[in-house]
Amino acid sequence: MSGALIYACAGAVLFVFGVTGLILLPHLLRKILAFNIMGSGVFLVLVGLGQRDGTPDPVPQAMVLTGIVVAVAATALALALVRRLLSLTGKIQFPEEPEGSGRCWKNK
Amino acid sequence: MFDPVPWLILLPLAWGCLTFLAGIGRGGRLVVAGLIIQLVLTIILARQIVMEGARHYAVGGWGAPLGVDLYVDGLTGIMLLLTHVVALPLVVYARAYFSSQAEGASYFWPLTCFLLAAMNVLFMSADIFNIYVTLELLGLAAVGLVAAAGSAGSVTAAIRYLLVTLLGSGAYLMGVALLYGTYGSVSLAVLEPLLATTEISAAACLAAMLMLAGLLLKTALFPFHFWLPPAHGGAPAPVSALLSALVIKASFYLILRLWFDLFAPLVTTQAAQLLGGLGAAAILWGSILAFNQTRLKMLVAYSTVAQIGYLFLLFPLMTSAIPGAAESAMQGGVMQLVAHALAKAAMFAAAGVMVLSAGKDDIALLGGMSSHLPLTLFTFALAGITLMGLPPSGGFIAKWLLIDSAVSGGQWGWVVVMILGGLLSAAYVFKVLRQAFLPPVAGIKFKPVIRMLEWPAFLLALISLLLGFRSVEVLNLLGAA
Repeated sequence: MSGALIYACAGAVLFVFGVTGLILLPHLLRKILAFNIMGSGVFLVLVGLGQRDGTPDPVPQAMVLTGIVVAVAATALALALVRRLLSLTGKIQFPEEPEGSGRCWKNK
Repeated sequence: MFDPVPWLILLPLAWGCLTFLAGIGRGGRLVVAGLIIQLVLTIILARQIVMEGARHYAVGGWGAPLGVDLYVDGLTGIMLLLTHVVALPLVVYARAYFSSQAEGASYFWPLTCFLLAAMNVLFMSADIFNIYVTLELLGLAAVGLVAAAGSAGSVTAAIRYLLVTLLGSGAYLMGVALLYGTYGSVSLAVLEPLLATTEISAAACLAAMLMLAGLLLKTALFPFHFWLPPAHGGAPAPVSALLSALVIKASFYLILRLWFDLFAPLVTTQAAQLLGGLGAAAILWGSILAFNQTRLKMLVAYSTVAQIGYLFLLFPLMTSAIPGAAESAMQGGVMQLVAHALAKAAMFAAAGVMVLSAGKDDIALLGGMSSHLPLTLFTFALAGITLMGLPPSGGFIAKWLLIDSAVSGGQWGWVVVMILGGLLSAAYVFKVLRQAFLPPVAGIKFKPVIRMLEWPAFLLALISLLLGFRSVEVLNLLGAA
């Protein structure tokens, strides 16, 4: 197995972990961390698959930099919102839904 | 020749920064003036597209594959024109709305400008990575707008919306990574022939599934609709209108683009039938839930869930082998997109006026609204006509084209769904209208509202109704290649 493929497979595993955590974990801070793990997985795949014959390709590296900037901004916004929710309700979790709101599944 | 393409991106960004400098909650007049300029620019662009056809624009003179390419064609022209025709009355409405209720006004103007800038770039992008960046910009601006009201309910809705939109764009980016790893490019113009000529690889299929799933999540197609009603129903009325009318259409536009251009060699009839089935489920389930709501804005939000379903019926209808059927399915789908955007913006704006006047978001309190706010109620009813698909509205033309396509293609099942959906939407629209004609509930006092709240909403509803007479122009623009 080539080095590039090892990186890509590790990235895919991290991505699956991140998505699972983002969907299943009830604690909002954990959800935000899971999102970051998911993002790192995608970046690993981008950089890992992006190299040709062992020489790194600069284009995916530039894309990953852009992706990191976006992820930092999104994380900051999420943390600010979660802090706001904590000061309003005293909990870092989604409050229980009111009756009859027609949700399909819980914990999301 | 004057080229409006770069200005449609730069100007809204400039307005956003300027209103930010103007101070909290200020700058509405600047945005209204700015949007008038942008509307003129989009009209010029649409005329250029009709006259000269689709074209590429190399940003900064660096063309693809090295630089980032923008691409405008008929569908782009329709989306840009629609965005500005909907946004301009809404910002006039928003100025009046926030002058009578300051809650949620603080960062409305800069966020709205960034939202519009992100949408303009998204419609013109010809590069799957650039599309990812615009999706994130759009998502972050929209989340900020939802959270702006600041109550526990709206912050919860905003966090849920943020997590969903991040999950969606994460899946999309994974698809981009796989495509780049396989084909070594992110430009649509380079990828398209590569996908069409080479043997279909497993990586490309996985990428297609991830990207489309991410976008479906953002478009809130059933069963991914759970995040939409709290986010759209809980936000201030101008924000709800912008989100419901335009933002979900942006991700739908991308699905349309990817499905029929980039992934055309990969998609199967079964996949198209699955999307149509989900659309049909969205129509029925969304309409039933809309009817069960007790809050007016939640009813309108669930109606959006239902109306999104119609858009997805075009995928199975496009698989028809009969040439005319596929063409009218595409036209019907795009007309539905345009008509729903106009009608839903009008409906949310009218609902906002009624809630503002009654002081509480409750359908049971609407009694007597017919004599207190006749124009707003009329607006609501006109928008309802488009949603139901009655002539001469734009919604009628859309549903007519879709039904025509289903009949000539022999796909009768979808006809039944569309007719049932029309009846169900009549049920929830009349639920509101009936209540408004009843005598007022004892003890309720309606607050007077300013005129400028009522007229922009009415204008939007009127455009959605009259669209039925001018649909040829829209379809001409769509056909401009």
